[in-house]
Amino acid sequence: MATLYKNARLIDPSNETDVKGDLLVENGLIAEIGENITAPEGAEIVDCKGRILSPGIIDMRSHSVDSAAAAAGGITTVILQPNQTTLIDSDAVVERIRRRSEDGNSVRVYPMGAATQGMAGEQVAEIGQMQESGAVAFTDCNKAVSNPLVMRRLLEYSGYFGALIVQYAQDDSLAAGGFAHEGELATRLGLAGIPAAAEVIQIERDARLSELTGSPVHFALVSSREGVEAVRRAKAQGIKITCATAPHYLMLNDNALEGYRTFAKVLPPLRGEEDRLALIAGLADGTIDVMVSDHNPKSADVKRLPLGQAAAGIVGAETLLALTLSVVHSGKVELMTALKALISTPAQLLKLPYGTLKKGTPADLMIFDAEKPWRILSEDFKSVAKNTPFDTVPVQGQVWRTIVGGKTLFSQEA
Amino acid sequence: MASYPRAEISPPSGSLFPHKHLLGIWGMDPTSIKHLLDVAEKYVDQNRQAKKTTSTCAGLTQINLFFENSTRTLMSFEIAGKRLGMDTISMSTGSSSIKKGETLLDTAATLNAMHPDVLVMRHADSGAVKLLSEKMDCAVINAGDGRSEHPTQALLDALTIRRRKGQIHGQTIVISGDIAHSRVARSNIYLLNAMGARVRLIAPPTLLPADVERLGVEVYHRMDEGLEGADVVMMLRLQQERMNGAFLPSLREYYRFWGLTKEKLSVAKDDVLVMHPGPMNRGVEIASDVADDLDRSAIEEQVEMGVAVRMACLDVLTRGLRGDE
Repeated sequence: MATLYKNARLIDPSNETDVKGDLLVENGLIAEIGENITAPEGAEIVDCKGRILSPGIIDMRSHSVDSAAAAAGGITTVILQPNQTTLIDSDAVVERIRRRSEDGNSVRVYPMGAATQGMAGEQVAEIGQMQESGAVAFTDCNKAVSNPLVMRRLLEYSGYFGALIVQYAQDDSLAAGGFAHEGELATRLGLAGIPAAAEVIQIERDARLSELTGSPVHFALVSSREGVEAVRRAKAQGIKITCATAPHYLMLNDNALEGYRTFAKVLPPLRGEEDRLALIAGLADGTIDVMVSDHNPKSADVKRLPLGQAAAGIVGAETLLALTLSVVHSGKVELMTALKALISTPAQLLKLPYGTLKKGTPADLMIFDAEKPWRILSEDFKSVAKNTPFDTVPVQGQVWRTIVGGKTLFSQEA
Repeated sequence: MASYPRAEISPPSGSLFPHKHLLGIWGMDPTSIKHLLDVAEKYVDQNRQAKKTTSTCAGLTQINLFFENSTRTLMSFEIAGKRLGMDTISMSTGSSSIKKGETLLDTAATLNAMHPDVLVMRHADSGAVKLLSEKMDCAVINAGDGRSEHPTQALLDALTIRRRKGQIHGQTIVISGDIAHSRVARSNIYLLNAMGARVRLIAPPTLLPADVERLGVEVYHRMDEGLEGADVVMMLRLQQERMNGAFLPSLREYYRFWGLTKEKLSVAKDDVLVMHPGPMNRGVEIASDVADDLDRSAIEEQVEMGVAVRMACLDVLTRGLRGDE
């Protein structure tokens, strides 16, 4: 069982290499990488025709195991959030999810466990046992661990296990009841707002607690200019914090809610134009470490409601790469920087053996054409849900093949 | 007559009111607003006669669907419909199927199947009326949605001001009270701005929404500064749940600083007009002697204008149906 990928532009963000060459996969592992590799007998030969071959995307924030959608988006590892129908807050649940994903026909799934029991923010969850069962990080998903004492204990305790704590950067009491960026648009439409200060306050407090305990903190989604600046300041002081954002925060501002469009309802909310630009700059200079899809399929039933009642979330797996590449095509972010944020940095943060083209590592790959223009059409989505604000938007950069453990899970013509 | 800041260009359709629904004042041009007020003017006279009912809209069905408690607005719409000869049916929250878990769009489909000609709706969520209108074949009138808009209230306020002051353009109009949670304030800001008034807001900082000055208003916190030289003062109702601790320390303190008293009003113009959308909290946002001052208070007149304005809206929105463009 061998496959030789020929004539590829091999980009490995884990060591920042970008060379032309071939890559040989044998028994699900990367067997050889270099120029003019001779195919072993019986090997399948795939001509990449100059397309980029890189490790597959590690999507660090997804609310659903949507394997077909993930594979279509070049994602080879999905990091599942703990707020599932059965809350992921024990080793048994973690184990079941891990086992189910290892069937050889789906992308890899690693859950994040709940950081506190029942995500109630009061008692530290069984981090050690969940980690043993395969949980890669711990988070209360869409709410912050708000009690500072609980957060301190959580960081101290998880530090012993070397487990990453992922914090939702939003002060709950300041955000209370809000679902739109507090500003002109929310005022005009009469929507309850969330000030950017809610994000900054959480980031700054947790930076202090990270400093106190010596444990790293990762912020799940940063949405505001002030949030990016707070992360930048803390990093400059040597505090071990990292953060992520999602493409919709780079592409849209709160005007997308005009006309009460529920498909643009996300949490944290889409913010102002200067926030959007600051996030792009933050990705470019490395302040923002990771790009996530925040993939959150929602049926029309929960979206076709008044804005205040509608569910928040965007179905993002299939558009993650193309939308992230849009800031590359506009010349604001380097291609290597974008790929690191999608691939190698999340692998390193979560201590996963993927996200690299090193010889002997699992062959989790994506092959894509970074220039190819196409139009996002929600009706063509592999995902069961179609809740995207990007329907009919033209983009550049399309996944050609997605390979997990040597097996092609997604491919398309041309 | 008034001169308006924007050119009065006839809309492409040639109609003076080229809208299918009345969802809000935002985006409505001065021509449409003026047209509704002109039509309402006629109904003010009709309502003062002994025989108030005509058959203008006879045979048409009006449904009032209120997902939020209301007495005066609901009654005003009902009377307006009946005076035009419409068949009016009203439904309030308690009797609606929303309590049984039906979604708003299913409710819309159900009502639509009954072929109403006008649907008047109030809902606690901003944007809910617009959402429903997308599924209705008939004209939809927003009777208040969340904190977003309450267009007929703004129109009746405008009619009151126009009749008392001769014009809206150039008037200094103060809106005071809980701006943050008020749809009345928003609709009034949009309408008064469109008609060329100078709009001032007075409220404690906790009751002002973010970036509100970008809606084209002057923002004051002190009554004596904001009321200086005002032609009109619109007081807003303070909702009970805002009064204790969360947004304001106490009623007593609110009245002390933001309650409208004769003394505070003394810096406004001598002929200042005092308005309130009702129901009033006497001794909270407004002193009784101000509310009852026959020379200045237009509060009862507002209620009267309300019926006329709503008749105008029902009339204008059904003209196409009646073949009376």
